[in-house]
Amino acid sequence: MSAVLERPRTASLRRERRWALIWSYVFLVLFAVLFLTPPLYMLVTSLKTSAEISAVTLPWWVFHPTLENYFGLFDSEAYRTFFRNSLVVSLSVVAITMVISILAAFSLSRMRFWGSATLATGVFLTYLIPETLLFIPLFKIFAFVQDWTGIEMMNHWWVLIIVYPTLTVPFCTWIMIGYFASIPKELDEAALIDGASYFQVLTRIFLPVALPGVIAATIFAFTVSWADFLYPMAFTTSVDQMVLPAGIVTTLIKGDVYNWGQIMTAALLGAAPPLLIYAFLMDYYIAGLTAGATKG
Amino acid sequence: MANGVAAEAAAPLPATRRRSTRRRFVRRKSWIAFLMALPLIALIGALVVYPAFYSLYLAMLNKGMEHFVGLGNFSFLFRRDLFWMVVKQSVIFAVSAVIFKALIGFVVAHFVHNIPAKGQRKWRGMLLVPWVIPPAMSTLAWFWLFDPSYSAFNWVLSRIGLHGVPWLGDPLWARFSVILVNVWYGAPFFLIMYLAALKSVPEQLYEAAAIDGANWWQKIWYVTLPMMRNIIAITVLFSLIVTFANFDIVRILTNGGPIDQTHVFATWAFQLGIEGGDLPLGACVSLFMFPILGVAAYFILRDINRRGNEA
Repeated sequence: MSAVLERPRTASLRRERRWALIWSYVFLVLFAVLFLTPPLYMLVTSLKTSAEISAVTLPWWVFHPTLENYFGLFDSEAYRTFFRNSLVVSLSVVAITMVISILAAFSLSRMRFWGSATLATGVFLTYLIPETLLFIPLFKIFAFVQDWTGIEMMNHWWVLIIVYPTLTVPFCTWIMIGYFASIPKELDEAALIDGASYFQVLTRIFLPVALPGVIAATIFAFTVSWADFLYPMAFTTSVDQMVLPAGIVTTLIKGDVYNWGQIMTAALLGAAPPLLIYAFLMDYYIAGLTAGATKG
Repeated sequence: MANGVAAEAAAPLPATRRRSTRRRFVRRKSWIAFLMALPLIALIGALVVYPAFYSLYLAMLNKGMEHFVGLGNFSFLFRRDLFWMVVKQSVIFAVSAVIFKALIGFVVAHFVHNIPAKGQRKWRGMLLVPWVIPPAMSTLAWFWLFDPSYSAFNWVLSRIGLHGVPWLGDPLWARFSVILVNVWYGAPFFLIMYLAALKSVPEQLYEAAAIDGANWWQKIWYVTLPMMRNIIAITVLFSLIVTFANFDIVRILTNGGPIDQTHVFATWAFQLGIEGGDLPLGACVSLFMFPILGVAAYFILRDINRRGNEA
C-alpha cells in the first residue's frame, strides 16, 4: 500500500483474497435477496388476512399470521380439481415421455438404422421449436380431428397428455442419448454374446447404469409438464378441465376484484411440488439442466 | 455404421455362411431399432413437424379459412403499425433480457466460484429457486409486487423518499418490468451453466497467468472467456430462442397493455388467433419467430458437426 508498511508479498496476496471473499459474500447476499424476494413475498402474503393486505402497514411482514387462505383453498372445489388434473396430467406425461425417450435413445445411441444419425440431430432441433409456434396450428388440427373422428378434443384436460410430450420427449431423449453413449460398448456386447436380448440389455444393463440420467429426465419431464401455461390456456376453457397454472390465472382473478391472499397461496402451493423435488433431488435436477449444453 | 459393428462381432465365422447371416442379423437389428424409435418419430412427426408446416399453409388462408389468400395476411400485417411495434418490442425484449441474464449469470457464477467449496452448494441451491418455480406462478407474485395501489416496491420507495413507480401502468415502465421479470427468471439458468463451465477451467491456466503478471481482468479476458466460449454461445442461443418465444410473463403481467405496447409475438398471436378467432392471422404472426430459429439452428448444427469431427 505505502512505503511505510513493507509487507511480504504473500501477506498482501492473502489480504487481497480475503477482500475478494468478503465482496463475494456481500454480492451473493444481495443477489440472494433479489432472487428470493418474490417467493418470500408470496409466503408472507399467503399468511395474511384480506384486512391486513389492504391495510396501510408494512407489507413485508405478517402481524397476524393466519392459515385461513390455505383452508379456503383446500375447501375450494375448483382448486382441488386443478390440482388433481395437474397431477394426473403430469404423471401420465412423465410415464409416456420416459417410455418413448428411453426406447428411442437406446435405439439411436446403440443400434443404429438408416437415417438414425439424422434423426438424433433432428430430435435436438425439434427441442428448439417453441410451443408458441405450434399452438395455433394444433388448435386447428384438433378441430379437424374432431370433425373426422367425432372425438371432442377441445376443452378436455386429457388433450394435454397428448401435447405435453412434444415439450418433454426431445430433451429427455437427448439427455438419455448422452448417458447411454457414455456406457462402454463392451458391456452390452458381452451381454449379447451371453445370449441376452436387446430388451434385456436395456433393462438389465442400460437402465441401472444410466439411472442418474433417468432420474434427471424424469424430473425435467415433471417440472415442464407441471409448469406449462400456454397449451392449457389455448386448449382448455372450462373450470373443471383446467390445470393449475391456467386455472389460477383465469379463475382466481375475477375482473378487478383480486383476493391476493388466496392467489398467492394458490401460486405457492402450485409451486410446491417442483420446489420439493428440487429440494430433495437438487443434484439430479442440475445434472439434467447442464446435460443439455455440456453433452450436446 | 451398423455394418462396422456387426462385422467386428461376426469376424471369426467361415466366409460363405457369414455374409448371409450377418446381413440378416444387421437387417433384423435395424428393424428392431427402427421400431423402438417409432413412437418418437410418430410423436414428432404428428405433433411438431406436421403442425409447423401446416401453419405455413394456415397463414395463407382467409379468416374464415375457406379460401387461399396467398401472402394477403402478410401484406395486411406489414401495413399495420402495431405489427412493427410488436417486432421491435420482441427484439428489445429478447435481446436485452438475454444480455442481462448472461451478464448477471456470469458475474454471480464468479461470486459462487470464489467462496469456499463447502458453502457453494447452499448458495447455488438458493440462487436457482427462481428457475424452479413455474413461471406462471412466480409472475403472479411479481404482478402483486407491481400492484398499482399496494405495490410493496412502491412502499419501500416512498419510505426512502421517492415517488412510487407505475410499474405496469406506463408503457416504458411496463416494458422495463416484463424484462426485469424475465431476467429474474432466467438468470439462474445462466448462473448454473457458467458455474459448471468455470469448474471445468483448469486451475493451472490461472496460475500460469498469475505468474505472467495478469490482473483479474486479464485473467477473465484471456483465460476464462476463451475457455467458456462454447458454453456461452450455446446458452445465449438457447435463451434467445426461449425468450423470443416467451408467453407466460407478458401474458400475466400486462397482457400486452398498456395500449398494446408490451406485446411480443407469442402474446399477440394468442390474442389474434385464439381470442380474436382469426387463426390464420395468428399463425402468420407466430411464423415471424422462424427467422431467429433458423439462425440459431444453423449455428447449433454447425457446433454439433464441428464437435462430431473433433471426437
